[in-house]
Amino acid sequence: MAQIQETIAKLMPEATFEEGDILQVCVPDVQWHRLAKELKENPDLGFDFLVTIVGMDWEDKYGCVYYLTSTRHNTHISVKVKAESRENPMLHSIADLWKIAVIFEREVYDYFGIVFIGNPDMRRLFLSIDWKGYPLRKDYDESPENNPVTTENERQSDFTTTYVENADGKVEAKEVRVFEPNDFVVNIGPQHPATHGVLRFRTAIDGETVKKIDVYMGYIHRGIEKICEKLTYPQTLHFMDRLDYFSAHPYHHCLCMLIEEAAGIEISRRAQVIRVLMDELSRIASHCLFIGTYCMDLGATTMLFYTLRVREQILDIMDKTCGARMTFNYGCIGGVMQDLAPDFVQDVKALLEVLPKNIKEYNKIFTGNVIAKKRMEGVGVLTREDAINWSVTGPSGRASGWACDVRKTDPYSIYSELEFDEVVRTEGDSMARFKVRMDEMVQSARIIEQLIDNIPEGEYCVKVPKVLKLPVGHWFRTVEGCRGTFGIYLESDGNTKPYRLKIAPPCLPAASVVDHLTRGSKIADLITIGGSLDYIVPDIDR
Amino acid sequence: MEVTTKSMPYEAWKDNEYIEKLVDELNASGANVVVGTFDKLINWGRSNSIWPLTFATSCCGIEFVSLGAARFDMARFGWEVARSSPRQADFMMVAGTIVTRMAPVVRRLYDQLAEPKYVIACGACAVSGGPFKKSYHVVMGVDQIIPVDVYLPGCPPRPEAMIYAIMQLSRKIKVERFFGGVNRQEKQQEFLKEHPVEGVED
Repeated sequence: MAQIQETIAKLMPEATFEEGDILQVCVPDVQWHRLAKELKENPDLGFDFLVTIVGMDWEDKYGCVYYLTSTRHNTHISVKVKAESRENPMLHSIADLWKIAVIFEREVYDYFGIVFIGNPDMRRLFLSIDWKGYPLRKDYDESPENNPVTTENERQSDFTTTYVENADGKVEAKEVRVFEPNDFVVNIGPQHPATHGVLRFRTAIDGETVKKIDVYMGYIHRGIEKICEKLTYPQTLHFMDRLDYFSAHPYHHCLCMLIEEAAGIEISRRAQVIRVLMDELSRIASHCLFIGTYCMDLGATTMLFYTLRVREQILDIMDKTCGARMTFNYGCIGGVMQDLAPDFVQDVKALLEVLPKNIKEYNKIFTGNVIAKKRMEGVGVLTREDAINWSVTGPSGRASGWACDVRKTDPYSIYSELEFDEVVRTEGDSMARFKVRMDEMVQSARIIEQLIDNIPEGEYCVKVPKVLKLPVGHWFRTVEGCRGTFGIYLESDGNTKPYRLKIAPPCLPAASVVDHLTRGSKIADLITIGGSLDYIVPDIDR
Repeated sequence: MEVTTKSMPYEAWKDNEYIEKLVDELNASGANVVVGTFDKLINWGRSNSIWPLTFATSCCGIEFVSLGAARFDMARFGWEVARSSPRQADFMMVAGTIVTRMAPVVRRLYDQLAEPKYVIACGACAVSGGPFKKSYHVVMGVDQIIPVDVYLPGCPPRPEAMIYAIMQLSRKIKVERFFGGVNRQEKQQEFLKEHPVEGVED
């Protein structure tokens, strides 16, 4: 950490540093682009993975906190940049360095109205063009009269705006066309069975070939980040279940760990084991559903019934312990809500017995199938560089040869003690993404096998103060969700409620990369590629 | 008259008063013997083959998938023909949160359904906004934009609850007047009169 600080201080004397769990650099906006370029391209630093951009409203100024990770050195850094004017907040864009920054900056613009100079596409991301106000600003007026519910169709625009800085430092807005005037644009979604939820692709096609896709999100934007600011810490937990409802346990785990870390609460070993067990069980259940629905998209409807059989078995185990089939709300600050059901161990062992047989069966039915091979192999190839540049993590990133499993790179909870392999493939096509998930189920079963006989005795939840106040500060934590790196940024001003809670979901980059992957391929491949990326729309929109 | 579905005793239903009220209304309006018999026959057919529209926004949609799979098997009841096109579907299960941006789309889907059409508000979000009551972007109940026939609480409702809700819907269909009733496009106009929405003409 000290070495990084030295290198940066040499390059940029104006920068100030804040020590924390990870190093934080504060730079003025004019220096930011130069620093970002150094951070990415200097081989000693090599911060090539942009985890998230957190928009912030610090009452006096707007700004952003950038979280970066070096895939080579496995180090982390955060950079804090403040916009100078509050009336007309502007920052310099880093969209030319990281491709995913285009989408991340659009999100910040949507929430805070911070304009990014140099971003090629400065439209709102989740809210419609006519939405009044920027919802995550602290002085946002939420009264429904401002933005009434209407059944009138949303206004569409074929233009986007980009802001360019002239030589004399003046910023000018320029209108840019999204599609060419002669493009034939087809709408796919928001109500379409192959988009896995309410996602909308405006697709420019040339015959059967996809020329460009403009992804529209926000059809299930529920404003969870803003609601969290109005609730106490224990009350915010249940929203984690409703983001990516297949990764309910890992997401819950993330926020619980973050709050425990901030409040200095030590949890018992039993609670940790239970949490990891639940994480891995939900990973198997999630991948099962992925395989089922993906095969159904490709025309093999029968597979859905085979995979749901295992999923139902896991849901029964969850049901007995957590009391629900989905949205469990099982984790809590200090441990878990209730103890394991009496026959939990027995049920999980029964599952472990049938799982290998089932996976063999899936491979027999689908993986070797000629049609499946033809449709998946070589379709939608994502290279390792592009995966990092687009921040595509999780199984999709690992299929491109990027070892990005948080359980291995930054082991949390008890993962460092467990034996399991990180599944990495190098092909980067749809087949690889499918196979990685198949193999991950085996690895998850391996983890469960190691733990199921050694669940330690002890309390499942430690006592925590009834009114929980976190000290002033900010924290960022990532876990490995079922679909990739899931991060939460929390800023506290010393109250019972979070000052800002930012969720960095893995599905947002996965949905954004669809445009890049599908260019030049056929419309039918769009279904293959979109399915193989396995995004969950409520996780994108939050 | 005891209105029930196959293999479900009348006493097991939770809200018989509501259905009895509908039966009374039906009896009060009167129908001649021939039309009444045809009504009964058609309603028997309709109530046993309600086709859903595959429309889901979030968690409830996954439970709906489970409902279609082998364990809960909605094919037993004649609901398994889930259509992706609203023009071929009988009812719409609004499974999941509806937000302001989605509202015009939901409305358009509803308008595209062929009459007679029904709506089930599935899950706490569609019923009332649910856990997102404090949100700036969530529609607090889908009944603000389309008429709802059955409200199904739960977050998400279990597949068993979904079966119960669709069975309730089929009970409701059984006590409807078909000729001169639901086969005329009256329901939507009535709803529009009660809930005037700005910018939408009748």
